[in-house]
Amino acid sequence: MKHSFIDQYSNRDSLIHRLDPRSKLVATLAFIAAVALTPSAGWLVYCLYFIIIAALILLSRVPLLYISRRSLVIIPFVLLVAIFIPFFKEGEVAFGFNIWAWHLSLTHNGLQLLWSILAKSWLSILSLILLTSTTGFASLLKGLEQLRMPRVMVMLLSFMYRYIFLLTDEVMRMKQARDSRNFGGKRLRQMSIVGNMIGTLFIRSYERGERVYAAMVSRGFDGHSRTLDRLHFSRLDTCFITAIILVLVCINLFNLYY
Amino acid sequence: MIMQELITIENLSFSYPDGQKALTDVSLGIYKGESVAIVGPNGAGKSTLVLHFNGILRSNGHVKLLGKPVDDNNLRWVRSRVGLVFQNPDDQLFSPTVFDDVAFGPMNMGYSKAEVEQAVKMALGLVGMPGFEKRSPHHLSVGEKKRIAMATVLSMSPEVLVIDEPTSNLDPRGKWDIIEVLKGLSVTRVIVSHDLEMVRELCPRMVIIDRGRVAADGNTADILADKKLLAAHGLAACSL
Ligand SMILES: Nc1ncnc2c1ncn2[C@@H]1O[C@H](COP(=O)(O)OP(=O)(O)OP(=O)(O)O)[C@@H](O)[C@H]1O
Ligand SMILES: [Mg+2]
Repeated sequence: MKHSFIDQYSNRDSLIHRLDPRSKLVATLAFIAAVALTPSAGWLVYCLYFIIIAALILLSRVPLLYISRRSLVIIPFVLLVAIFIPFFKEGEVAFGFNIWAWHLSLTHNGLQLLWSILAKSWLSILSLILLTSTTGFASLLKGLEQLRMPRVMVMLLSFMYRYIFLLTDEVMRMKQARDSRNFGGKRLRQMSIVGNMIGTLFIRSYERGERVYAAMVSRGFDGHSRTLDRLHFSRLDTCFITAIILVLVCINLFNLYY
Repeated sequence: MIMQELITIENLSFSYPDGQKALTDVSLGIYKGESVAIVGPNGAGKSTLVLHFNGILRSNGHVKLLGKPVDDNNLRWVRSRVGLVFQNPDDQLFSPTVFDDVAFGPMNMGYSKAEVEQAVKMALGLVGMPGFEKRSPHHLSVGEKKRIAMATVLSMSPEVLVIDEPTSNLDPRGKWDIIEVLKGLSVTRVIVSHDLEMVRELCPRMVIIDRGRVAADGNTADILADKKLLAAHGLAACSL
């Protein structure tokens, strides 16, 4: 079966694509940290953040429609968590209404907090989408490894990236096999069939794990993962990182004094 | 001239932990420079036998490489000399990119960066896939995966190349591509297959395994001419 790429558009070419994955990782983390630590008051500050990320997106030449569509996925999750904040936050009441016996009221403070949580998460997800659509998953892993992320985690992520599609294929095939033998009947029977499928999937994955391990051992694997340092930190990267950090600091200073 | 014996197997028997008997009293020699086919019906024990070649499965003393018994202490050396390509390329290719996969063996062998890059280039050239370094294995076709899987062990410059079912699940074109690649290699080759057409093309010597035993071992042309023998081991449906 054909699969979409997790890291779609990452094989294009642009200034951003050419940056070293490490500098992109650091810049993204710095950006997210700055956004998250900004007090909720300054909406102007969010605009500045947005200008930065928008400029980078334009530079990267990743289609805007693709980025905006993907970024909206986060909104329902945030809303799910944050929607009740305006009702509980203390402060001046913006407006209130009655549902039967209950009196509900929304506060200004609460609304502002909700708004800023939405803005923060949207900005963060935009920067992450920009990162993943300008960096191949493999180089991202290399970058993480060079930035001293534990090897086990990196290997885990790399196996996940490699085998997640095979697993989904397996599930699809099992579903087809089940449906073509007329899956139906009582609720309880359905449940037990699904249970069997999960069990089968687990055993198959376990066996695959054994075979993959045998293939690794056949090529001299002895429990230590080794990698080549093929990344190249160029002058462009130094400039990029410095520029991003400077801009973030300036925005925060501006926020502090106005 | 006496040919040097690379792999020696003497009276090897093997049962899986669940009691399934897979090999019974197998004796076999693989000589330097030859190209041997191991043929047999499904479940005959071919893959099990091949897993003994580089010590993934071990029964002490029954398998020797260059006269030395394969044991826990020389596994590293054994695995650098015997390159084993597994039946399913999705098991063989586990890295996020083709480069990482082909470089995996050489890196474990402790090559330097330049040597690794050199080895990867050489191996991809041998299987006719230069320029695939950056691709990720799960976006390749089956034929491409099979060739990359061969490259992953060729990059270690092994003494013997052992391939389990190189042409299963391939269309005729993919199959002939693989045959061409195998023809172009000069290492000693052991090829496990049901594909008698390929065996005839590539291997002067052929070994039939059935129910865990060696049923025949000899000249490919002779064995392929013996229709009764082939039929007795479920290999007759082939109209060659
Ligand atoms: N991991 C295992 N555990 C238990 N039994 C096994 C295992 N792997 C294989 N067997 C059994 O050992 C026997 C030989 O299997 P093997 O995989 O070596 O056959 P094969 O000749 O490679 O067959 P095929 O052509 O289908 O690949 C079979 O009866 C099989 O069921
Ligand atoms: Mg097999």
